[in-house]
Amino acid sequence: MSGYWFAVGACVALVLFLVVLLRTRRLREKYAITWIVVGIGMCVFGAFPGAVAGLARLVGVQTPSNLLFAMASIVLLLVCIQLSTEITTLEEETRTLTEEVALLRFDVERLAAGRGVPSGPGAQPPPPVVPLELPGDLPADADPRP
Amino acid sequence: MIVPAWNEREALPGVLAELATALPHADVLVVNDGSTDGTADVARASGTAMVLDLPLNLGVGGAMRAGYRFAAREGYDAAVQVDADGQHDPADVARVVASLDELGADVVIGARFAGVGAYTVRGPRRWAMQVLSGVLSRIAGTRLTDTTSGFRASNRRAIRLFADEYPAEYLGDTVESLVIACRSGLTVRQVGVEMRARSAGVPSHNPAKAALFLGRAMLALLIALSRPLGQAPAGVHR
Repeated sequence: MSGYWFAVGACVALVLFLVVLLRTRRLREKYAITWIVVGIGMCVFGAFPGAVAGLARLVGVQTPSNLLFAMASIVLLLVCIQLSTEITTLEEETRTLTEEVALLRFDVERLAAGRGVPSGPGAQPPPPVVPLELPGDLPADADPRP
Repeated sequence: MIVPAWNEREALPGVLAELATALPHADVLVVNDGSTDGTADVARASGTAMVLDLPLNLGVGGAMRAGYRFAAREGYDAAVQVDADGQHDPADVARVVASLDELGADVVIGARFAGVGAYTVRGPRRWAMQVLSGVLSRIAGTRLTDTTSGFRASNRRAIRLFADEYPAEYLGDTVESLVIACRSGLTVRQVGVEMRARSAGVPSHNPAKAALFLGRAMLALLIALSRPLGQAPAGVHR
């Protein structure tokens, strides 16, 4: 019976830990939802082991614990894939920001070197520096991207 | 001229000096790809090049997209990318750019193995490159012999495309970007160029490495071909 209370206690502690992380803003809600659902599910199964057995009979798995292991693997797999896609998004965002920072730094250096940095509300922005190969059909400061 | 440079402190000054001599009227942009050896300082010290200083290492594809973004914003008519290790001869640049108009192409590759120059690769790596070239030739509808070349001229249309889509993945800077160009309706052609020996490093002749190279290239190719067109990468909002 002590194993029973240990399992229930661990599941409740997990859910509480997630809520604490969420409250202190160390975990964003979009990731926490998955874990809270998983945690509550574990609490239910921990409190009512008969539910797993019933579920196993329902889906035709002979050993109830195997059903749990299989479900756990699938959940972990899906979470890993989700994290990979999130990392890809982050890398792409980092890349775009890095490019943007480099382009801005270039502009700042060019401004500082060419005209002195304009200051104050009445300062005129310096004319755009026209590249040598530019025949003049596009202003240099126009953003040609769609 | 876009020169992506990552820790090229040794070779860069020579390349920049050659470019300045061969093409006195061209603007040279060195994209310093998060180098840790002071490549940016060397480039600035040359006095002939503009420097785009990336604070992080993004890989060749990342450096190139930054370069094309710069070219697109500044409104250049043509952009040429060359490697910073000096393996491309600046004397060829004018010819490659001229062939943009002559061949009616949007992208012109300065290619090895195209009848000019003595550069050869032997063994499995050569076969891998031949397979790759064969597939890409069919996609481009023209004969391409050197799809992994880092020597390439682009017109305004291609600059716009590459400013948005220049993959940072393995071989994305060469193979996949060509596939993107072809699938977006750009015309890709090639011109033979002389290729000089690399100043440092020896090309690998290891069969296992060649097989790995071909496998990764094919994977990149298949994914590039099956990817939906005009879709921004995740995290990029235009």
